[in-house]
Amino acid sequence: MSDMHDWGVSETARQLRSKAVSSVEVTTALLARAQANEALGSFLHLDVEGALAQAKQADAQLSAGAQGRLLGVALAHKDVFVTTGMPTTAGSQMLAGYQSPFNATVVQRLADAGAISLGKLNCDEFAMGSGNENSAYGPVRNPWDTTRVPGGSSGGSAAAVAARLIPAATGTDTGGSIRQPASFCGITGIKPTYGLCSRYGMVAFASSLDQAGAMARTAEDCAWLLSAMAGPDIDRDATSLDVPARDYAAAIAVPRAGATADKPLHGLRVGLPKEFFGEGVSPDVQTAVQSALQQLTALGAVLVDITLPRTELSIPVYYIIAPAEASSNLSRFDGVRYGHRAAEYGDLIDMYQKTRSEGFGDEVKRRILMGAYVLSHGYYDAYYLKAQKIRRLIANDFQSAFQSCDVIAGPVAPTVAWRLGEKANDPVANYLADIFTLSSSLAGLPGMSVPAGFGEGGMPVGLQLVGNYLKEDELLQTAHQFQQMTSWHDAMPKEFSV
Amino acid sequence: MNTPAPSASLLVHGYEVVIGFETHAQLSTASKIFSRSAVAFGAQPNLHASPVDLALPGALPVMNVGAVERAIQLGLAVNAHIAEKSVFARKNYFYPDLPKGYQISQFEIPVVQGGEVTFFLGEEKKTVRLVRAHLEEDAGKSLHEDAALGGGGQSGIDLNRAGTPLLEIVTEPDMRSTAEAVAYAKELHKIVTWIGICDGNMQEGSFRCDANVSVRKPGAPLGTRREIKNLNSFKFMQQAIDFEIRWQIEQIEDGHDIQQATVLFDPDTGETRSMRTKEDAADYRYFPDPDLPPLAIDRAWVERVRADMAELPRVMAQRFVQDYGLPEYDATTLTQSQAMAAYFEATAKASGQAKLASNWIMGEVARRLNTSDGHFADLPVTSEQLAMLITRIVDNTISNNAAKQVFDALWQGDVDADVDAIIEAKGLKQMSDSGALEAIVDEVLAANADNIAQYRAGKDKAFNALVGQVMKASKGKANPAQANALLKAKLG
Repeated sequence: MSDMHDWGVSETARQLRSKAVSSVEVTTALLARAQANEALGSFLHLDVEGALAQAKQADAQLSAGAQGRLLGVALAHKDVFVTTGMPTTAGSQMLAGYQSPFNATVVQRLADAGAISLGKLNCDEFAMGSGNENSAYGPVRNPWDTTRVPGGSSGGSAAAVAARLIPAATGTDTGGSIRQPASFCGITGIKPTYGLCSRYGMVAFASSLDQAGAMARTAEDCAWLLSAMAGPDIDRDATSLDVPARDYAAAIAVPRAGATADKPLHGLRVGLPKEFFGEGVSPDVQTAVQSALQQLTALGAVLVDITLPRTELSIPVYYIIAPAEASSNLSRFDGVRYGHRAAEYGDLIDMYQKTRSEGFGDEVKRRILMGAYVLSHGYYDAYYLKAQKIRRLIANDFQSAFQSCDVIAGPVAPTVAWRLGEKANDPVANYLADIFTLSSSLAGLPGMSVPAGFGEGGMPVGLQLVGNYLKEDELLQTAHQFQQMTSWHDAMPKEFSV
Repeated sequence: MNTPAPSASLLVHGYEVVIGFETHAQLSTASKIFSRSAVAFGAQPNLHASPVDLALPGALPVMNVGAVERAIQLGLAVNAHIAEKSVFARKNYFYPDLPKGYQISQFEIPVVQGGEVTFFLGEEKKTVRLVRAHLEEDAGKSLHEDAALGGGGQSGIDLNRAGTPLLEIVTEPDMRSTAEAVAYAKELHKIVTWIGICDGNMQEGSFRCDANVSVRKPGAPLGTRREIKNLNSFKFMQQAIDFEIRWQIEQIEDGHDIQQATVLFDPDTGETRSMRTKEDAADYRYFPDPDLPPLAIDRAWVERVRADMAELPRVMAQRFVQDYGLPEYDATTLTQSQAMAAYFEATAKASGQAKLASNWIMGEVARRLNTSDGHFADLPVTSEQLAMLITRIVDNTISNNAAKQVFDALWQGDVDADVDAIIEAKGLKQMSDSGALEAIVDEVLAANADNIAQYRAGKDKAFNALVGQVMKASKGKANPAQANALLKAKLG
């Protein structure tokens, strides 16, 4: 059983139900592995006692014949989900040691489904970043090359899954924060339709964009997680979609109309936006994505040329709207009720200024300033309002594109993971790297990253799939069929293969 | 703005006064506008503060449908447009009792648009146009240097009030005198308490008014206004606006410009003083709250609310005019509260004498309530008793004067006291026996030859003296009209 860290979600669940191992055994092994790999920087908090207690309870339930799909399976949460019994920091000094009196809905639903929480995962401060270098608690390293970034902001989640510390993790995606680190670390990640997973208990970055999702090794494992995470929560989150919860694992097993054994994606129209395949994409990424597209056609899919003409505009639009919302969302961190408060201060204004100057990192301050600026009197119309108008046009562009295709495919990011420190002092270079994930976030569409090969330096490359609203089943099925034919998702970073 | 030229009598030292109101009515929901915490006054600090009210990380607002229904009710009561879609916005500023660092309010698109409030100022009918009414949340309270906190410049924060639902009702600058402004505020207070969306408790801050006051020479453009904040009694409202008008006129007469400012009224000094001027005005960086979808209200919802609403005061007043033939002034006065209107209607129906019932209620009953600080809901005289009293006046059993004595006895006495029993006990019954009255009249005529002579010589006063003599001789029990008629007949 020395390979139990490599089982993934569904295999672990199968082994647990067959009583080949106990949850305590698996959990103990994973805890030991996480402790042995602290240098990766992926965990901010490891809840050894809590996890073992949950595992014991799960074993008792398993012996009693309980059937919960995730019962006894260990995972961990990005540290922007609030949790009882563990600190929640959002990667910020501002929330050092903060204890939430309630669980995020997503956290609670996974616990209710029997999953065991090993702890909290590192991330960019308040989910703001593309390299996980903006965490107040240090960077996360990419398991494929520990001198490189894991991507961000869900960098801890992606690195921990890729290094086989956990079979799956929760993540959040505001402008690509699940898809890009999944791509950089060679794992599978899904950002659902905006509103599918409750935002209740997610430390807010940009409310109109934030969306929780699943990160695991395979599309099937993501489907297992998402089935437990998603579903209406309208009494706690007014933006939660009032659509019934679905079993995505069951959905991906239902063959497409006209599908055959060797053409499981028969008739699937895959749209290729010409803006995603220009010279901005590095050759190694181009090569991997093109070969993945060929494999999709081999599975019966048809490639269709489409256009998303406002792709470039998605960068300025996103970097107006997201900071605007962030500047307001982060106002609650004022040192009055909880979190960091400056040790010494004069009057109230001085307390605010010192507290927030000390508590927030540079990138967070930068975005608060940008956001406050674009909402200011006299600038609102020129920036925020105009950005909202273009956002609607971007969403319309997708609807036009979906007239001629079922899913949209392209690269997740223009390059593979860059080196730690390489872009740390160049915020704009970081922003530009988000170009292929921002537009679908602005439109609120579901998107995935699926391992599709390796590029420069042996680093993973992800294929991005974007579906229409609530078409998570179609996305997951496409990725699942792709993974039946490929083995990129099974590759393990050498350093972590023991 | 099209307003008629001011009547000269309204000018104050040659200046026209212009007043607009912003009123915060606390809505009578059981829970807060965006959380499930209870709305309760006077509880232990922070007892009613949930994660949403504390603005804990991850907490999100969810609209309380009850607050929306109350906004719809107000809109219907003031004949306003209920927006099919209105938008919540964030008003961003830092203050310790504002947990999120922003207040959720409605900015560009409010739920209630337009409307008007109509009332009587004396006998003159006035209409004040409303601009809007919008939903928003209240802030918490800062408790400065509380002894319980050890003093020493410490401040405490109580978030029980944070998130309490408010409806901010904004008028056009339509009022032209303090009296009109106070009358408007009273009328609005009547409406919100009548339809039950607000308890109207001004001392507890459930109904607080901000008055925007400016003065100008007639025909000149609007003057610069100053806003008097948080007027929490009608008395202070009148004092504050009166002071502010005098102060502004003095400033202008002394050659100073008025600076736009927010001022507070100090009841101890009777003066207003500036809190902040326009230069200090913050940039609130309003933007639509991404946590809350636009508030959608379909027509079916409006109609459901309308169907469940009590008869509105202005509708009831119209009915009183139509059904009971009351003057509009009476009808409006009687519909000051549900209890008063119900009392009138019951009395009018039981006595069949609507105008008399109205006179009694607006007169004797209201006067006694005013002096005793009482309410129509707990009157010591039931509508049945008052109706019986009126019946006895109409059927000539007692005179008006006697009726007042009976009413006094009812007011002081038992709830189940019987009108006829009191009349009997006090011997207030008018003489119904015309033979007995005729005997008295004959006696009086026989004893007052002088007066008869004077009357014949054309002196009306002499006749009145004769009536007085008859009343006196009958110990007040004679029916004055009967006595009159009899005297006239006998004197030819």
